[in-house]
Amino acid sequence: MTGVVFGFLLHKGGATRYDVIIGQLLLTDFTVVKIMLSAVVTGMIGVHALKSIGLIRLHVKSGAFGSSVIGGLIFGVGFGLLGYCPGTVAGAVGQGSLDALFGGFVGILIGAWLFAAIYPKLSAILNKGRFGEITLPELLRVNAWAVIIPLCAAIVTLLFWMQESGL
Amino acid sequence: MEWLRADQWSPYVAGMGIGVLSWLSFLLSDKPLACSTTFARTSGMIERLFRGKKVQDRPFYKEFPPVIDWQWMLVLGVIIGAFISARLSGQFQLSWVPSHWQAAVGTTPFVRWMAALIGGVIMGIGARWAGGCTSGHGISGTLQLAVSSWLAALSFFVGGILTAMLIFRVLLR
Repeated sequence: MTGVVFGFLLHKGGATRYDVIIGQLLLTDFTVVKIMLSAVVTGMIGVHALKSIGLIRLHVKSGAFGSSVIGGLIFGVGFGLLGYCPGTVAGAVGQGSLDALFGGFVGILIGAWLFAAIYPKLSAILNKGRFGEITLPELLRVNAWAVIIPLCAAIVTLLFWMQESGL
Repeated sequence: MEWLRADQWSPYVAGMGIGVLSWLSFLLSDKPLACSTTFARTSGMIERLFRGKKVQDRPFYKEFPPVIDWQWMLVLGVIIGAFISARLSGQFQLSWVPSHWQAAVGTTPFVRWMAALIGGVIMGIGARWAGGCTSGHGISGTLQLAVSSWLAALSFFVGGILTAMLIFRVLLR
């Protein structure tokens, strides 16, 4: 059910379209960044409020420079070629894009399988510069809201500026 | 209910909707919104069809067993949700080549298919390498203020922007 709503919102926002995503990467269409930053601000405030009153716990992913940055850049190369990401490729399949189904979807499956096959050989590089499951407030040794409030203010300012300047 | 049939919503409304959805997924399912591990689990399920239980010998599939889990159902839901949205707004259409690609590269489905396939393979490796994708790191991880996710999300866009610029602004000029 969560997935159905997620897919509905991704499609209604325009993020399941190749043209919109590639426009973002060519810096001519900022729809994807607008969706993501609106989701991050809304989510950040609500999730941390729910955590503050003890209703939920966070699931912070562990990281290392060797995995987060190098893996992120590899992902980015695929992102630029494919023009969808693993979530929006599923949405694009739902809207009828056959390049997403037979190209992207199948390709990501093959890539994930290749990674599983070479995974045992990669542990040195994946662990390079490991910093673990740390959050920005823990890194800065401050209260979470001391990061959330200025960060959300900065993101909202950026979104208003983008809107004003016609991006 | 006319708004359900609209072609497109404001990106801010869609984004805030996804933000609220992230509260619910933490609250009701104790899970962040994420997609890419599903591809890894599914690749293991497919390998199991060919190799049977030997799949479990791979250390990766010991950590991420090839089974249908909550996130697998989420990705299935994304396909259904986008399909419903596209049908309601009359946009559902089987198509091989997106219009931006048509204008820049051409209308041949095979070329677009190969580019999407190769891009997908690279993305599949990268997503597992970084431990997440644009939803798991880019939205769910950054909203939790995870250091790993902010680094990964920035790297996704740096790599993506450089690659797209190289293809469309340098090679295809």
